[in-house]
This record gives sequence, structure tokens and C-alpha cells, in this order.
Amino acid sequence: MSQLTAPKIVTSRIGFDDSFTLDRFLATGGYEGLRKALTMSPSEVCAQVDAASLLGRGGAGFPAGRKWSMLRKNDVSYLVINGDESEPATFKDHLLIERDPHQLIEGVLIAAYALQVNQAFIFIRGEFALGLERLQSALNDAYAYGAVGTKILNSSFSIDLVVHPGAGAYICGEETSLLESLEGKRGFPRIKPPFFPAAIGLYGEPTVVNNVETMSNLPWIISNGGDAFAALGETPSTGTRLFALAGHVRNPGVYELEMVKNTFRDLIFDPALGGGIPSGGRVKAFIPGGVSAPWFYEEDLDTPLGQGQVADKGSMLGSGSVVVMDDSTCMVRAAWRITRFFSRESCGQCTPCREGSGWLERILYRLEHGEGRVEDLDLLLDLCDNIAPGLSWPPQQTTICVLGPSIPSSIHSAISHFRDEFLAHVKEGGCSYA
Amino acid sequence: MPEQPESSTTVSITIDGREVVAKKGEMVIAAAENAGTYIPRFCYHPRMKPVGVCRMCLVEVDSGRGPTLQPACFIEATDQMTVVTDSEKVKKAQDGVLEFLLANHPLDCPVCDKGGECPLQDQTLAHGPGETRFIEEKRHFEKPIALSELVLLDRERCIQCSRCTRFAEEVAGEALIDFLGRGDQVEVAMFPDEPFSSYFSGNTVQICPVGALTATPYRFAARPWDLEQVETTCTGCAVGCRVAVQSSSGRLTRLLGVDADPVNHSWMCDKGRFGFEAVNGVDDGNEELALTDPTRRLTEPMVRKNGTLVPVSWSEALSAVASQLKDAKEKDPQSVGAIGGAQLTNEGAFTWTSLIKGIVGSDSVDAQLGDGLDAQLVLALPRATIDEAANACTVILLSGDLREELPVLFLRLRHSAVEAKNSLIDLGPRTSALSAVAKVRLPARPGEAPLVARALAGDVAAVTQLKGHREGHTFGDEDLASAQHLLGEDGSGVVVVIGRTSVAEDAAFVESAARILHQRYPNAKFLPALRRGNVMGALEMGMAPGILPGETSLAQPGAALRSWWPLVPGIQGKTALEQLAAFGDGSQEVLLLLGADPLADVADGALVERALRSSGSLVCVSGHGGAILERADVVLPAAVVHERAGTTTNIEGRVSRLGQKMVAPGLAWSDWMIAAELAAALGAQWEFTAVGDVTDQIAAVVQGFSGISSNALAQPATRDGVVLGSTAAPTTAGLLDPMATPGMVSAEEFGLGSYAGIVRGEEQAQAPTSGAGAPSLTTSLSSGENVISPALDNYSLRIVGTHTLYDNGANIVGSPSLSALRKVAVAMVNPYDLDRLGLATGDKAKLRSGRATIILPVEADAGVLRGTVVLNANVTVHGAERRENPLASLVDSSLPVNDVVLESL
Ligand SMILES: Cc1cc2nc3c(=O)[nH]c(=O)nc-3n(C[C@H](O)[C@H](O)[C@H](O)COP(=O)(O)O)c2cc1C
Ligand code: SF4
Ligand code: SF4
Ligand code: SF4
Ligand code: FES
Repeated sequence: MSQLTAPKIVTSRIGFDDSFTLDRFLATGGYEGLRKALTMSPSEVCAQVDAASLLGRGGAGFPAGRKWSMLRKNDVSYLVINGDESEPATFKDHLLIERDPHQLIEGVLIAAYALQVNQAFIFIRGEFALGLERLQSALNDAYAYGAVGTKILNSSFSIDLVVHPGAGAYICGEETSLLESLEGKRGFPRIKPPFFPAAIGLYGEPTVVNNVETMSNLPWIISNGGDAFAALGETPSTGTRLFALAGHVRNPGVYELEMVKNTFRDLIFDPALGGGIPSGGRVKAFIPGGVSAPWFYEEDLDTPLGQGQVADKGSMLGSGSVVVMDDSTCMVRAAWRITRFFSRESCGQCTPCREGSGWLERILYRLEHGEGRVEDLDLLLDLCDNIAPGLSWPPQQTTICVLGPSIPSSIHSAISHFRDEFLAHVKEGGCSYA
Repeated sequence: MPEQPESSTTVSITIDGREVVAKKGEMVIAAAENAGTYIPRFCYHPRMKPVGVCRMCLVEVDSGRGPTLQPACFIEATDQMTVVTDSEKVKKAQDGVLEFLLANHPLDCPVCDKGGECPLQDQTLAHGPGETRFIEEKRHFEKPIALSELVLLDRERCIQCSRCTRFAEEVAGEALIDFLGRGDQVEVAMFPDEPFSSYFSGNTVQICPVGALTATPYRFAARPWDLEQVETTCTGCAVGCRVAVQSSSGRLTRLLGVDADPVNHSWMCDKGRFGFEAVNGVDDGNEELALTDPTRRLTEPMVRKNGTLVPVSWSEALSAVASQLKDAKEKDPQSVGAIGGAQLTNEGAFTWTSLIKGIVGSDSVDAQLGDGLDAQLVLALPRATIDEAANACTVILLSGDLREELPVLFLRLRHSAVEAKNSLIDLGPRTSALSAVAKVRLPARPGEAPLVARALAGDVAAVTQLKGHREGHTFGDEDLASAQHLLGEDGSGVVVVIGRTSVAEDAAFVESAARILHQRYPNAKFLPALRRGNVMGALEMGMAPGILPGETSLAQPGAALRSWWPLVPGIQGKTALEQLAAFGDGSQEVLLLLGADPLADVADGALVERALRSSGSLVCVSGHGGAILERADVVLPAAVVHERAGTTTNIEGRVSRLGQKMVAPGLAWSDWMIAAELAAALGAQWEFTAVGDVTDQIAAVVQGFSGISSNALAQPATRDGVVLGSTAAPTTAGLLDPMATPGMVSAEEFGLGSYAGIVRGEEQAQAPTSGAGAPSLTTSLSSGENVISPALDNYSLRIVGTHTLYDNGANIVGSPSLSALRKVAVAMVNPYDLDRLGLATGDKAKLRSGRATIILPVEADAGVLRGTVVLNANVTVHGAERRENPLASLVDSSLPVNDVVLESL
């Protein structure tokens, strides 16, 4: 049974039509977390975030408190917020930016104060036209209100915040690529080591990069205390998380759920949530955490929505995007469409990712369109192995960023579970689902 | 026993089970290579920062947390690291990358210029799969497209290694090409309407690991297996880049930069790289080119008879000249003089000086053409090497724009400035390509260099004087203070790059500034920025008035030289400009032009025209035709670069070998042979049968050159040459990395160049006994009159005469690919002045000097100081005759500075 009793931490305001305005924000406790933080010492704020065990919501799930503690001590450092959200079926940050921009700004200010950073940037996906407009005007209002700028809210802390739209490239969501883009360069990911943002980040200075949702949790954590946050979910997966549910469900959308206490079955089937599969069909496969994640199947439905729980089963909660594919779905086509996305969005730096993604896409296209060969299956797997040797999870990374080793996930999943379907495509000279 | 490197700077790593020592901070790929294990690669280039993109160099690295596949080019060797380069896992990863690279590769090897020397082809042959598993449609692009006039790009062949884009941004500082697109549609592209016009574009072709980038002069010119190669030194300018010159079927086809650590780091400029076309000459069928055409090669001696030059035998031509020299020797040695020498080899310079000074007895020999610096001063100043300049804490730039004049020196200095190793103080009268990376700019307008030098030396009165100039001073007090701070107490660690900041002002200004800096900062060293090929070799060989070979004065010839020369001139001779004047007024009867063309190279056109109207005898020793031949009485055809062996000396005094790749056309001779034959006709008994004999004679009788024999220079250890006066042991280059410069054949395989094969003993190059600044010339450090520049009136602009790489020089005009790129004449003026005059960029304006009034288009240029106008030397207005030379027509070389009035039409 679903556990829906947990408070709404990041979506408390989105029911209001004017949720994005400063008036509504102030009327609903807005900037109180920041006021409180400013009365604390920066290290006390960090301690609360540590106590909350807040995991990054951008995909890798790294604890925010730990990340902050790794920031190299330096005269200049930056805070950069990742709002690039360009992965197919991931649309949770979109909601937060459009519907509660002040909450995001407040979170950023709290983090900046905790890190004693005086310059922060919010990098958001260029196509978020409405979000961009609302965030920019919220920022203007926040400046006017005195929450951003010099000596904010009459404290001694000053901070400038800049909203920067991306130019429409998925790879700019990868943090080092984002920094390159922010510096005005082509979004090529940097090599780690040595270019860990905490050591050598924006303009070569130490930088913290955090996700929009990660930041949006901070006002609540400071207002209610880190322990209150940690009391939700189960360590280390504490608090709530946004799940962007898409695919063959009755009610696609963004749901804020307490972590671990609910399962994928709850999310997909609870009438108050996904509401089940419209056709009444069965779950053939679902993606538990964005298109980079290995697929789950019907037998995995009862896996709790927790980072470790999903990892134990060989996949990841990733970006919080859950895509349901019912039994009317062609698995070859699904793998092809995902691979096509990666091949178009590979930045093109590393040979295996650049050439491998395109090659895989072309083979899958052939298979789906009736020109497949039996040997293509082994070829697909061997090429995947050349991108991520061993095809293990988490993948072995031999490329500059993890986009490369993410490419095999869907192909490996599809072929491992639905080999017959691939063979049928070969034999029947095409797709029987079309 | 080999010396053990110090442990604090080294780490110990294991490569394939062998324990080896690596330098701290070194990448695994380099450490392995030094230890004899070659890891395959595409994107890594030893002279650029690694990027780790091609993933060909994946090896298993274990730093204590278990082995993982890592790019060897991007992981530093750390102590106790274990590296495995030959496991199954590594092989699979590398084969996988190779297969990926080939997936979209067009495999049009049979029609690709790279075929036969292509790293991708070679690696595929060595390790790659026999058959392709890629049956899809390959990526298609229009092929090829032009990135510039010189470089073409075939995007289908590109493997996205980013060597070219990195070179443009990181090394040349011109990010004119970058990647476009995503995934496997990524392509190298330029920006709209901005071609890849860079003086260094040829380097991208050199380092492209596939046939994606090709240079127009080499396209389809040869197959690699037909190429023959010789290593030599480029004499396109006085940097002296080490290069490999290649030919096929009797024609030069290509030059590649050799990685000489102290000099050019494998880079070249496009002038040096593509200027070989001028050596081949233009071959357009049967039609004979006019003698005045600079693209024409001279193939036979000629003597003027009844007003026309007619081909004659060598003996007839030589005896015509010899009799004039003999007459002069007997009657008045001063009636003979020679201009030029920078185009000669050291051997040519030595033999010609010996002929004119030591046999005829005239001291009137000048390798510079009024646009250089006082030779005595240049030789007496404590000299810096290029490496010393690149590693100096502070570099003072008191020269023209190095990118235009000494391109690869520019690359070296830019690199050190950008890598924040040294601070540049820019004193140039207009911004140069280095100004943007300079720490401080203290621009000296024409005539102001001594004042700025005095200001730097702490003279407050000089600052006051500068402030009193019409446009005020060009820098603030803070600039001066920070520059002084950078110079420290005594100039230790400071190098002054000293050249001509303008050819329209008296050289004495820069010379005086150099003396002031030397006196105030005695530990500062000087790197001469003299431009022409072997100008330093010529000066070392005494090709300037008042000096003798070996940096000695007329009064103090070295004993060995004195015993070899029959005589030593008693009186100081004339400079080039003085000779032209004397030839013009008849007081000098014979003028020998040794590869020099005063029409192009002398900034004072009227002086040259007057000289050419004289009735004296003009003897031209040259490889190419030219307008000057209209006036020549005798023409002696000479071999040019790549057609002659010998040695050359670069700006830092590095003596290196010239390799001969071609036989000179027709009856042309090497420069030293012509002088030797003339000397013989005058009774000298030189026993030179090969150029090596001359090199050895120089080593025997010229101070500073002892030990630099032909034999010593043929040793691998002196492959990069020997620096005069340096006691540092020459270094041996490492093994050739076939990926660094594809197509380069190792010298070991192909011979070291001119002297290889005649190695006689075990003799090694010794540190020369005496070097730069021999005592007899040091008086020039303090002497020298103090030139004063007159105040600028309110209506005039002061001319700054600068050089551009693509001028009307013979090499450029003679090379079709470069000729098309020549700059045209335009007057560059500060926008403020232009506004004041009611003019705008593109307008034509009248420029009036005491000499002439000419019309030129004007261009607003914020890098030009107020009150000055910048004009390039040796360029013409669009479509005009090459002989028209706007700067030269305006300038009067007898004036300390030259002013013009600029007016709208
Ligand atoms: C290809 C790629 C795309 C990514 N896109 C995003 C994104 O759109 N938003 C995001 O927050 N993180 C994205 N990430 C993860 C970021 O690199 C980074 O881990 C994250 O922004 C850190 O924030 P967090 O610690 O708050 O989760 C992406 C990573 C990769 C490899
Ligand atoms: S793995 Fe792919 S997306 Fe990531 S840096 Fe390499 S080529 Fe670019
Ligand atoms: S053109 Fe050549 S050098 Fe440039 S990226 Fe392509 S393969 Fe590399
Ligand atoms: S910089 Fe000078 S020496 Fe070097 S390649 Fe160019 S012309 Fe030749
Ligand atoms: S990744 Fe190392 S050589 Fe290209």
C-alpha cells in the first residue's frame, strides 16, 4: 500500500494558480528558511544538510553535504545550479522552475550562504521558455525584496545570482560540460580527474554543482531541521523525491513521494498516482530512473523507491524518471529510440561514444525496419562492450563522461530480456507492433 | 653508468612488468615511450596539452585500487603505479576504438594524399580487423572544402582528434576553427565569413593524423613512398626552424617541421613551409619568363652587351667581374662594395667576405639593407638564446611585430607568456600579436625609444619629456612602475628582444635604447630580432663595415684569420645605404648585390633609384629574376635554399646544417663556389673542393667557430646545431614519434643531411673558445651618438614602417600559393586621428612627405598610436606594379624620423 502521509516538501505550493509569485511565496512561509539560515553560522547550516542526508537529485545521488565539504578552500568559489533537464521523460525540475521559482532561489541562497559563495548561477534548459520567464522575474523580485544582492535580508552576507539559459544540448546537463558552456565554450565534458568541479570548476575555481530539486529541498530542511527530513524515508534515501512518471499509465505526471516507503507498483498503479495501465495490459518493462538506467520488468515492480534498493537490483533511480512500457510496446523500437537520442546528443569527443552511438542506432534502425540479420544481435552486444567493457552495472567508464557508458543500458536490457523479439524482427522482416 | 635521476623529481612505475623511472608529472604515454613502450595514439601530440578524446591509448592502470582502463595520455605517472599495455583487455579496448574510428571512415586511401604515411592506415594494418563489421551507410560530407587559400578539409576523413583545433587555439592563439555538430556528425568548421587565415595553418596539416587536412601545394603532388627527404634549416627568416624537406621526381614537394627542442618545437610558419614553390620555379610550358619576373629561376651567367643581357659561359662572366675587382684592388679598393649576405650560407658569407675584405681590401660589405641594427652593437650585446627568452622571467619587446617578422619566435614567446612563465613588456610603436598577452605596454613612438628606455632605467626627466610630446605620454605611471618592478635590480632573468621597431626612423633610436637598457640592467641579455635568413651568420662572418669574421674589429683580426687573409682593410667601409649613395654619385664603381634586392628591401626608394641611374658596374648574384636585373651588368646565377649544403646561423647564434635536396637548375652554382672562383682569378690559393672544406676553414680561422667543423656537425648530438659561445652540451633528440609528424622519416633512416656519409673521426663539437661579445667590439656598447627626434608639428603624422610576412619578397612572389595572399598597401591610422581628418576606413587619402605625394586607402586601427601612421614595407597598392613601393617612396633615410601630412582627396 502506498504511504502518502509524508509532507509535501518541494511541491507544497504548486496547487495555487499564482504559486510562482512573490506574494504567494511570502504568504506561504517563503524566505523563512533563508532568514533562519542567516541567523545560523554557515557550518551550522551545513550540519543540518548533513543531518538531513540529502542525496543529490540530478542523477548520481551523491550526498549534498559531502559534496559541499569537498569544496576546495579558495578565495573565489562558485555555486552552479543544474536546471538543464534534457533527458527524455525527465520533467520534474521543469515543474519546480515554472511553478515555484522562489523556492529554488531560496534554496540556492541558503546553499550559497552555507558555502560562503558570493556568486551563483542557475543554468536552465534553453527550451524552458515559461520557466525562464518566471525564474527571471522571480529573481528580479527577489533582488527588489532584498533577498538577493548586497547584504541580503539585512545580514552581512552578499550574493549575486545569474540565470543562464542553455542552448539546447543534453550534454550540457553533465556538470563539467555545463561549466564549459557557462564559460561560453562548446559543451564538451572535462576529464575527471583532474577537473572535478570542487577542485577545478567554473573559470578554474572550486565550484559546487547541484540540481534544481536538490536546492529546492533546502528551505524545508532549514525550517524544519535536518533530522525531520532524515526521519522520512530510510537512510540513506531520506526525505521525499519527485518522480516523473511517463509512458503507458493513466495519470502521467510528477509525484512527490516519500522515499523507500513506496514501491514502483505503488507509483504506477495507485489510483491517486499513476492509476495503472490504460489498456489494462501488463507491464512489459519499465525504466526506473531515466533512459541511462538498465530496465526493470514486471517482477521488479515491488522494489521500493530507494537509491540502494534499486541499485541492488542492477539499475538506478537516476533522474527520477519512470517510463512504463506495456505489452503493446516493441522493445526493438524502444531501444532504437533511446539509442537515437544518445547518438544525436553525444558531444562527439570520445571515439567510442561518438561512433558507437551512431553505429548502434543504425543497426537498431535496420532491425526495426526489417533489414536485420541474426548476427546483428551479437554485434550490438559486442559494440556495447567496446563502449562499456564488461557490460556491468554500474558500467565501466572508458570515456570522458558517463553518457557513453549509458548507451548500452537499454540495448543490453532489451536484448537480454527480449532476444526472441529481436529474432522475430529478423525473421519477419520487420516490426509486428507497428 | 647512466646517472640516476634525483628521486624527488622522479617516480617509479611498472610497465608491463618492467620497473621504470618516470618524471614526476609526466603522462603515462610519455613515460612509457621513454621506456621504450609505444602506446598507440591519435589525439595526443607531444607539443600540445593532452585532451584524451580519441581513447586509442587506453591501457590498464592500477594506482592501488585495482586495474582500470585509463587513457595513457591523460593520466600522470605516480609512484608505484602499475601499467599494463599488452593485456587482452587492453587489446580489445584499443581494437574497439580503431574499429569505431574506421566505421565512418571513407577508406578512400587510393586517392588520399595520406595513403602510405597515414597513422590510421598503419595502425589498422598492424592491429585492425581484417574485415569491416560496418555495413551501414557512411557519413557523407561535401569533399573537400577550403578552410583557407592554403588548407583544404575533407570532413569524411576527419577522426575528430582535435589536433588542428587545439593547435589553432593553443599554439597559434587564433581559434579560427572549431567543432560543429554533435555525435558522429561532428565536423571541423570555421566561423561564417572568417577563413582560417593564419600564418601557421600548415602546421594543422602536418599534425593531422589522417588525410582530412591537406595543403594546396602538396595535394596529389606525390606518393609518400616516392618521397626523398633531407633535414635542413629553414632560412625563410632568421629563426632557423629545423625542417625536413622532401622531394619527388626531381621537384620539391613538402616541408615538415622537425621537433628541435631549442628552436621550433616541430612548428613552422606558412611562409617557410610553402615558400619552396619559389625554388621549383613556375613551369608553364615553353614560354620563357622575363628576367624581371621574380618567379623565373636564373640558370645561366649573363653579361650585358650592347645594352642587353646575354647568356655567356661562367668563365666569361667571372673574368668580367674578376678584372673589375683586380682593377679596384690595385687602384682603389674602396671603389668596390657588396650589399647582401643574409641569403648566403655561412660558407658563402665567409668566402665572399674573404674575397672582398681579405683579397680586394674593401671593407664595404653590408649584409643588412638599412633596415637592421648596428652589427657591432648586435654582436657585442650579451646574447640570449630562444630558450632563454622563452624561459625568462621578463621579456622586453623592442622590435617589430614578431608574428610578421620571426613567426616561430612569436609562437615560442606567446606560448611562454600564455603558460604564465614570463611577463612581456611591450615597447613596440603599435600593438602586435603579442601585445594582447603582454603584462605591460609602454609604446614608444618613432624616435621615443631612448626616452622610454631611460624612463625604464629610472630617469624621471625622460618621463617628463615624454609627457611633453604632442599627444602626451603613451603610458601611465603605474605601467612604468610595474614594468620597472618586472625588471628587478640588475636585469637578471630579463631578455630584451631587439629589432627594428620601424624602418622609417633612424636605427640609432633603438640602438641607443639598447645601450641604455644594457647599462642600467647589466645582467639582461639580448635576443636580436633581425629578420633575414642568415643575417646573423653573415654578421658573424664579418659582413658589415668595421668588423671581421669572428666578431672582431678591423684593428684586431684573429691571428689565424690574419695569417690566412693576404690583407685586412685599413679603413672602415660603407654601410648599404652609404654604398647606394656612393654608387649613385659615382664614387663607388662596382656594386655587388649578393642575393639582395634594394628595390624591394631598402626603405628609401629615391636613394635606390638614384643609385640605379649611375654608370657604375652592377653585379647581381641571385637565384631569381627581378626588376633589378634591368640594370644589372653581370648576372651570376646562384643555387638557392634546398639546393645547397653548408651551414647557417640563426638569431641566437645557433650554427646548424643546411641539407641539399635538389640540384640547382642549369648552370647555377653554390654561393661559396662563385666567390672561390673569383678569389682564384685574383690569385688566391684556396683549396676548397666541397662545402665541408669551407666549413672546416671557418672552424680553423674564425674565432668562436673552433670545433664547429663539418665533421662535428654531422654527429647526431649536434643535429639541432651548436650555439656560438654556449658551453651547454648539445642534446640528442629522442626517437621519432611517427604520430607527431606523420610522413616524417627519421634522420637515422634517411641520413642527417649534408655532411652525413663523410664522417671522418670521432671528433665532437667542442664548446667554442670565444663567443658572443668578443672584447674588441664592446666599445660599441657605450659609444653611439644620442639621436634627437624633432617635435611633430600639428598637421603631420609620424611614419612607423613595419613588415608583413606576406610582402613582395622573392620567396612569396615566387610561390604561387603564397603570392595570392600578399598584403596590399594601406595607411593604418588611429581612429581618433582619422576622425579628426574627416576620413573613414576605405577612403583614399593623400600622403605627402618631403619626398613624394602618394594616394593610399586608409584604415582605422586602434592599435596605432595617435600621431602616427603605420605603413608596411615592400607592399603595393592593389593591382599596382610590384616596383611601386609606397613606404619607400615617402621615406628619406637621411632623416631621423619621417613625417607625412595626411589629407582627404
Ligand atoms: C549526460 C548527462 C546529463 C546530465 N543531465 C543532468 C541534468 O539535466 N540535470 C542535473 O541536475 N544533472 C544532470 N546530470 C548529472 C550532473 O552531472 C550532476 O551530477 C548533477 O547536476 C549534480 O547535482 P546533484 O548532486 O544535486 O544531483 C547529467 C549527467 C550526465 C552524465
Ligand atoms: S562519453 Fe560521449 S558525451 Fe561524454 S564526453 Fe565522451 S563523447 Fe562526449
Ligand atoms: S581535421 Fe585532422 S587534425 Fe583536425 S580533428 Fe580532424 S583528424 Fe584531427
Ligand atoms: S619562422 Fe622563419 S625559419 Fe621558421 S619556418 Fe618560418 S620562415 Fe622558416
Ligand atoms: S585519448 Fe590518449 S591519445 Fe587520444
